[in-house]
Amino acid sequence: MRALHHFHGGIHPEEHKLESSGLPIARAPLPQRLTLPLQQHLGSRAKAVVQAGDRVLKGQLLARAEGEMSAAVHAPTSGLVLSVDLGAVPHPSGLPDLCATIEPDGEERWIERATLDFCALPKAELLVRLRDGGIVGLGGATFPAHLKFDLKPAQAIRTLVLNGAECEPWITSDDRLMRERAAEIVQGIEILRHLVNPAETLVGIEDNKPQAIAAMRQACANTGIEVAAIPTLYPTGGEKQLIKVLTGKEVPSGGYPLHIGVLCSNVATAYAVHRLVNCGEPVISRLVTVTGNVRTPQNFEALLGTPIEDLTKLAGGALPGSADYILGGPMMGLHTSNGRLPVVKSTNCIIVKSPQLFPPLPPALPCIRCTRCADACPADLQPQELYWFAQARNFDKIRNYHLFDCIECGACNYVCPSHIPLAQYFRFAKSEIRALEHESAAAALARERYEFRQMRIERDKQEKAEKLAQKEKAALAARQPAAAPVAPQDSSTQARIQAALERAKAQAAAVTPKNMDALTPQQQAEIAEIEARRARARELAQAQDIPHNSNNAD
Amino acid sequence: MNSPYIHQAPSVSAIMLKVLLALVPGIALAVWYFGPAILVSLVLASLTALATEAAMLKLRGRPLKPFLGDNSALVTAWLVALSIPPLAPWWLVVAGVAFAISIAKHLYGGLGNNPFNPAMIAYAVLIISFPAHMTHWLAPHGLGTIELDLTSQLRYIFSGVLPGGTALDAVTAATPLDTLKTQLHLERPVKEILEMPVYGYLAGKGSEIVALGYVAGGFYLLLNRIITWHVPVAFLGTLFAVAGIFHLIDPGQYVAPLFHWMSGAAMIGAFFILTDPVTGPTTPKGKLVFAAGAAILTYVIRVFGGFPDGVAFATLLMNLCVPLIDTYTQPRVFGEKGGKK
Repeated sequence: MRALHHFHGGIHPEEHKLESSGLPIARAPLPQRLTLPLQQHLGSRAKAVVQAGDRVLKGQLLARAEGEMSAAVHAPTSGLVLSVDLGAVPHPSGLPDLCATIEPDGEERWIERATLDFCALPKAELLVRLRDGGIVGLGGATFPAHLKFDLKPAQAIRTLVLNGAECEPWITSDDRLMRERAAEIVQGIEILRHLVNPAETLVGIEDNKPQAIAAMRQACANTGIEVAAIPTLYPTGGEKQLIKVLTGKEVPSGGYPLHIGVLCSNVATAYAVHRLVNCGEPVISRLVTVTGNVRTPQNFEALLGTPIEDLTKLAGGALPGSADYILGGPMMGLHTSNGRLPVVKSTNCIIVKSPQLFPPLPPALPCIRCTRCADACPADLQPQELYWFAQARNFDKIRNYHLFDCIECGACNYVCPSHIPLAQYFRFAKSEIRALEHESAAAALARERYEFRQMRIERDKQEKAEKLAQKEKAALAARQPAAAPVAPQDSSTQARIQAALERAKAQAAAVTPKNMDALTPQQQAEIAEIEARRARARELAQAQDIPHNSNNAD
Repeated sequence: MNSPYIHQAPSVSAIMLKVLLALVPGIALAVWYFGPAILVSLVLASLTALATEAAMLKLRGRPLKPFLGDNSALVTAWLVALSIPPLAPWWLVVAGVAFAISIAKHLYGGLGNNPFNPAMIAYAVLIISFPAHMTHWLAPHGLGTIELDLTSQLRYIFSGVLPGGTALDAVTAATPLDTLKTQLHLERPVKEILEMPVYGYLAGKGSEIVALGYVAGGFYLLLNRIITWHVPVAFLGTLFAVAGIFHLIDPGQYVAPLFHWMSGAAMIGAFFILTDPVTGPTTPKGKLVFAAGAAILTYVIRVFGGFPDGVAFATLLMNLCVPLIDTYTQPRVFGEKGGKK
């Protein structure tokens, strides 16, 4: 038996697993319409490669991975693409996003399913296949698998951890998967082992799932994979907590499991990898627990894009008094009242709410610093201090108190006697800080650009001034030793000016003023007289000017 | 709506109710040994607390229902009532509780925001303003020259008249801690002083048993996880250690540590006053520092200071240090350097 370790805190909410874990997995029938958000993973949205009116086959690529962090989306069945347009998606923001809508033709015609000989394939090629097969973390985080398993040559993995803890109340999809398809999960694990070549491989399952543990142990016999039954305690299924429990190592603050030689993946992801590699089927369906206020809670294998209300109908329908849904578990899930929202890769559970099962909270009272939250915090944080700083928007301080180590598990909310929505405050503070960082990064960029512009203007000015100074210096240097050669040039200029003046004079002489046409002889005589007087005056003036001019010339 | 959607915790009101419940054994023993006058103080204090709380909430424009129902004002009221001599005039209790709720609690922002323990602020104000009234404690059962029945106790509380020419001194006595201090000033050795009729097995007759009642209540709080072990253990441990050292140095001058444990407000302080979450530190290490500091101050004030007991002033002084203590005792965060790998 493996020596297990503990993490601080944790809570024991009512499990509510038995409601849905008793019945086997049922295959959900084809819905009338499938809505596939192009972003079902962490990172950037996939780029659509089909358009309205296209006919697609089951498993055909609808949108390819775009950018470094992305994953492909495929058609869950054969049919007609009705549109690629904005639609409602399960996201906390409530904002619509691009979705491909497909009308099934009911024929379920597959693309050509090619299996892969993963041992023969170069690892880089296998990773590309994972990306193009739409493999993301199916435990809920939807982190693209090809990035998680892409190891640099220097990165050695000691421990591969498979997460089968399923610590959130109500959810049993991984439980059922492990019970019924353990062999396939192990085949998937073998592919992951091939990729990262770990010294040990551990499967962590909470001890409230004895059948799943037994099934996995049987499937893992003689493989070197160890199945560990771990104590039931929320949030043991958190990646950092599970690694701590199984290995005793702590993922460093702000770091990744990789930094301590560990990789962690969900059992459902391993199953999806098996389906892709050994059956040639991309991720087009997943197991979904439908439970809560429904007649017959059960797990369904549902095509991605199936409306959640279709699944609740399959589970016998919502009982009277139902209101709204939780997608995911009651601790970290997403609340929605929209039954048309589609199942996506992260939808492991649909809980139909009722005020009896989920009574509304009384209004929040002030914090009395009782520190029940700190006692429950699995990240060893002091939520009561974080709350104080979040309220005061004291973001520097809240970072120093390790806000970003908060995994938002909600254990603090669960135990707060004042009913303070602590996790919401922390999500708010995180997003505010990220927004501020974004802003300050943008401001820094703008300032850099402005300063560069100022610098450039200043530099241009200086260069101009230098050029001018150089020119002047050159001109000065040129004038002094070369005074003689300049003179003839000057005289020639003067000669040209002289010639021009004479030409002008001749022209002026040739032209007679118009008002001098048709004059009487008397007038002509008068003009002649005046002209004579003027000429004499000019002659006198010129006679006086000569000495003056000659002085000037000297 | 945001996750999580489930919740399971006792409400503030339920927690405070348990604290009140935990005070009951001590109160019952006090009634047994000192007569029912304390019950009158408790009723007066409770009524004053609720009235003041309601008035202050109204003035501050806060909703009455959630806050009046949180029972926190009653805890303050009971602690004030228990720190005032039961035979004190009615207005002393009323003034103390009204001051605690209005000034020490609501002017700082009400529930959860007061830096000082309101009950201890009230005690400090009263002992400075009315020292004479604050030292006339009832003599325990069988020790007073005359014993008053409930009606005469009531009459004295509300009118200040004792039946048939009885002097106040005939029914009251200084506290065991006070007596010790006065007698030590008269240069009598500890051993001789402790043979006086006012002392019982370990400390004051009657009051030592009442202290045991508070210990019982404290264990109830510990079992119900309303308080943690840190404050009581660090407070009593440090008090024992400091008193023990002095006692070992000169047993004729310094009483045994158990006397300090069972006297005055040591036990109610360890389990009910210093454990107030609002005015205490939040980190486990901080709680230890806080309670140890309070114990040292309590001893210093009791033995070298001018007041009969030191718990109230020690609490207030340590309340001042809480932000500092919290800042320097932050525990290691998951994955932070310096821990085990």
